[in-house]
Amino acid sequence: MTEFTEEGVRAAARAWLEANWSPDYGLVEWRNRLIDSGWGVPHWPRAWYGQDMPSGLLPVVDEEFGRIGAVTVATAGIRRLAAATILEHGTDLQKEKFLRRSLTGEDTWCQLFSEPGSGSDVAGAVTRADFKGNRWVINGQKVWTSSAHHADWGLLLARTDWDAPKHKGLSYFILDMRQPGVEVRQIRQMNGHASFNQVFITDADVPPEHLVSEVGKGWAVTTTTLMHERRSADGLRNDSAGYDRPGRCYAEERDEIATVQEPYKWYPQRRGRVDLVLQRARETGKLGDPMVRQEIARLMILARTAEWTARRARVAAAAGRPPGPEGSLGKLVASHVARAAARVHTQLSGADAMLAGEDGPMGGVIAEILVSVPAISIAGGTDEIQRNIIAERVLGMPKEPNTDATRPFRDVPRNAVR
Amino acid sequence: MKFGFSGEQEEFRGVMRRFLAERSPTTEVRRLMETPDGWEREGWRALNTQLGLTAVHIPETHGGQGFGYSELGIVLEEAGRALLCAPLLATALAASAIMNAGTAEQQAALLPGIAAGDTVATLAVAEDGGGWEAADVRLTATGTGGGWRLDGAKGYVLDGTTADLIVVLARGPRGLSFFTVAGDAAGLSRRALRTIDTTRRLARLTFAGVAAAPLGAAGGAGVPFARTMLQAAAMLASEMVGGAERLREDALAYAKMRYQFGRPIASFQSLKHKAADMLVDVELAKAAAYYAAAALDEGDEELGMVCHLAKAAASEAYLQTAIHAVQIHGGIGFTWDNDTQLWFKRAKGSEVLFGDAHAHREAMMRHMAA
Repeated sequence: MTEFTEEGVRAAARAWLEANWSPDYGLVEWRNRLIDSGWGVPHWPRAWYGQDMPSGLLPVVDEEFGRIGAVTVATAGIRRLAAATILEHGTDLQKEKFLRRSLTGEDTWCQLFSEPGSGSDVAGAVTRADFKGNRWVINGQKVWTSSAHHADWGLLLARTDWDAPKHKGLSYFILDMRQPGVEVRQIRQMNGHASFNQVFITDADVPPEHLVSEVGKGWAVTTTTLMHERRSADGLRNDSAGYDRPGRCYAEERDEIATVQEPYKWYPQRRGRVDLVLQRARETGKLGDPMVRQEIARLMILARTAEWTARRARVAAAAGRPPGPEGSLGKLVASHVARAAARVHTQLSGADAMLAGEDGPMGGVIAEILVSVPAISIAGGTDEIQRNIIAERVLGMPKEPNTDATRPFRDVPRNAVR
Repeated sequence: MKFGFSGEQEEFRGVMRRFLAERSPTTEVRRLMETPDGWEREGWRALNTQLGLTAVHIPETHGGQGFGYSELGIVLEEAGRALLCAPLLATALAASAIMNAGTAEQQAALLPGIAAGDTVATLAVAEDGGGWEAADVRLTATGTGGGWRLDGAKGYVLDGTTADLIVVLARGPRGLSFFTVAGDAAGLSRRALRTIDTTRRLARLTFAGVAAAPLGAAGGAGVPFARTMLQAAAMLASEMVGGAERLREDALAYAKMRYQFGRPIASFQSLKHKAADMLVDVELAKAAAYYAAAALDEGDEELGMVCHLAKAAASEAYLQTAIHAVQIHGGIGFTWDNDTQLWFKRAKGSEVLFGDAHAHREAMMRHMAA
C-alpha cells in the first residue's frame, strides 16, 4: 500500500506507471486499467476506484504522469464535474452505472442549469419535473449548454415544488439526452461562433432512480457541481498527454479533446491577446507614439500584476497559508485585462479595426478579439456577481435584503414565461 | 524567481505592524505634522534603535542587519500604513546610493552611522521643476585641485532641512557623480518647502561653492544612479501600498458601521462594487511592489521594467483608493478631523515623488520595447 508522503506517492506512482503504461493501448482499455489500479483517481475512496489519498498529493501523481507521458482518466468537458457530483451525492446504483464510464470517457455529459429566465440567479430555475405514474416528466428550456449536441447525459436542475421557497423546491436529475423529448439547438454568438446550445425539453422522461440526492435537495447538489467547475476552471488540461507523439492511446485522446475543444477555438481571443500587443505595435509603426506607449504600459501593468497576484495566491496555498483576498480576484481582473487589451488593439489598428476576416488585421484575429472580449465579463459569473462575491465573502459586507428567498417560489416576481 | 513571503518575513511584518500601530497612532501623526521639522529626533532615534529600521538593508559588516529590499519593503509598507512621521525613506535611499556608488572605505565610513541611527541622511536628485532622470541634472561639480565644489540647487529633497548627511547628484567634467555633503556645510542653504502632505517634508537646497567628496570614481555614477532610482521607485511603491491598504480597510470598516435608509451602507451594491474594485486596485499594486522588491534582491532580468511598473501601479492605486475612501466617508471624509485626509495627502505627494505614473510607464516601455 502506498505511503501518503510525497516520496512514497511519487515512488509508487512511478513504479506502477513504468510497469504498466504503454501508448499502444486503446484509450478506454488503458483507462480501465488505470481505474482498476487506483491510479486514475487516487484521491477518491477505495470503494470507488481510488486510494483515499489526500488531494494535496495529487500534483505529485500528475507530475509522474507528465514525466512518463501517460494518458490520464478523461477530464475534458463536463465529465469530471459529473463524476465528482455523483461521487458525492449519488446512490451506489448511480455510481456503479456512471462513474467508470465517465472516467473512461465513454459517456459524455452536459450541464443543464442556466435558463433563459435565470442566468446569474440559477436557483430561479423554472424547468419543471412532475412525478407522473412511476416517472419524472420534464418540461422547460435550458441555455448556454456546452457540448449538449454530443452529450449522452445531462446534469439537470429542475423545480419539483412551487410552494416551497426558491432554493428548497429544486431537485437534481440525470437526464438521458438521447430521447425524443430533448431537442438541442446551437446558439450563434455575436462573434459568429456557435459554442453553446439551447436545450428544449418537452415531456422528457427520467426514471426515479436517476434522481440525485433527495427531492427538494437539488440546490446543495448544484452547489457541489459549481464548486468543482470553479475549482477546475483554469486547471483543466486541454492538451493531449502525447502532444503529437505516435501511439493509439494518444491518437484517441487527441480526438476526444478535439471534439470537446472545437467550438472554443476563439477562447484565447476573449482574453484580449495581450501577447500580440508589442508585435502589433511594431508592425503598425506605432511603438514610438507616446500616447500608444502609455496605453500599452497601462495594459502591461494590469496583465503582469494580475499574473503576480495569481502567483502570490499559489505560493501562499503551497505554503499551507489560509487563502488571502488575492485568490478571489482573478476572474474580475481577467475582464479588466481583456477590455484594456481590446482598447489597445483598436488604437494600434486604427481604421483597420473596422475590418474583419481576410481584410482585417492579422487575417481577422484582431476583429475576433474585438467582438469576443465582451464574453469574458459575463461567462462563468458576471463581473457584477464577482464583485458581490468579493464584497460578501472576502470583505464581509452584508448581503442585500432579499425579496425572494423565504416566500413560496410561486409568488416570487419573475420573467414572463416565453 | 522566488516570490512570496517566508514565515519569518510574515512574522517580521507582524512585529513591525504592532510596534508602529502603538508608536504612530494618528494622534501622534497629527502632533508631529504640526511640528517645525515634521518629526522629532529623540522619538525617531528611540524607535529606530529599538527596531533597527534604517539598518535593515545595510550589510552586517557595516553594522546593519544584512537583509534585502524585501525586508526593507516590509518596513516601509508598514511605515506607510502607520503614516510614520520620520526620515526613514530618505535615510534608507541615501544608504542605497552609498552602497551603489561608494568605495569600500566610503561605505565603511558612512554606513555604520546610518545603521546605528546616529546619521539622518537624504538623497538630492531632482532640481527646480522636478525630473528624476540623469539628463535633468544641472547642478555642477568643479574640481578644485585637491577636492570638489558644488554649485546649483536641488528641490524636493526629502527631510532636506534636517538631514545630517546629503547625497547629492551633480554633473562634473567627466559626467554624473554622487557627492556627500554635511547638512551644516559652508555655502549650503536649506529652505523648507510648504507641502500638501505635512507628514513628509521637502526642502530646496542651494549650493554655493560647497566643498564635497565624490562617492566612488568621479563621473562614474551613471549606473549607480540608475540603480538607486529603481530602488527608490520600488521602495516608495512599498510604502504607498501600505498606505493604500490602510485607507481601504478603514473605509470598509466605516461602510459597515454607517447606517442610512435603515441599513448599513455596506449592504448597498454601489458600495460593495466600489469596495471590490478597491480591493482589486490595492492587491494588484501590492503584488507589483512585492515583485519589484524580490526582483531587486534576486537580480531579475526584468528588474528595470518591474520597478517602474511598481511605482506606476502604486501611484494610481494609492490616489484612487484615497479618492474612493473620501467618497465612502461622505461629508465627514472631507473634514480636517477625519483621518482619511492624512493618507489622501500622502497619496497625493507620493503620486509624483520620484516621477509620476506617466513617467514610469514611459520608462517601463523603454525597458520592455526600447
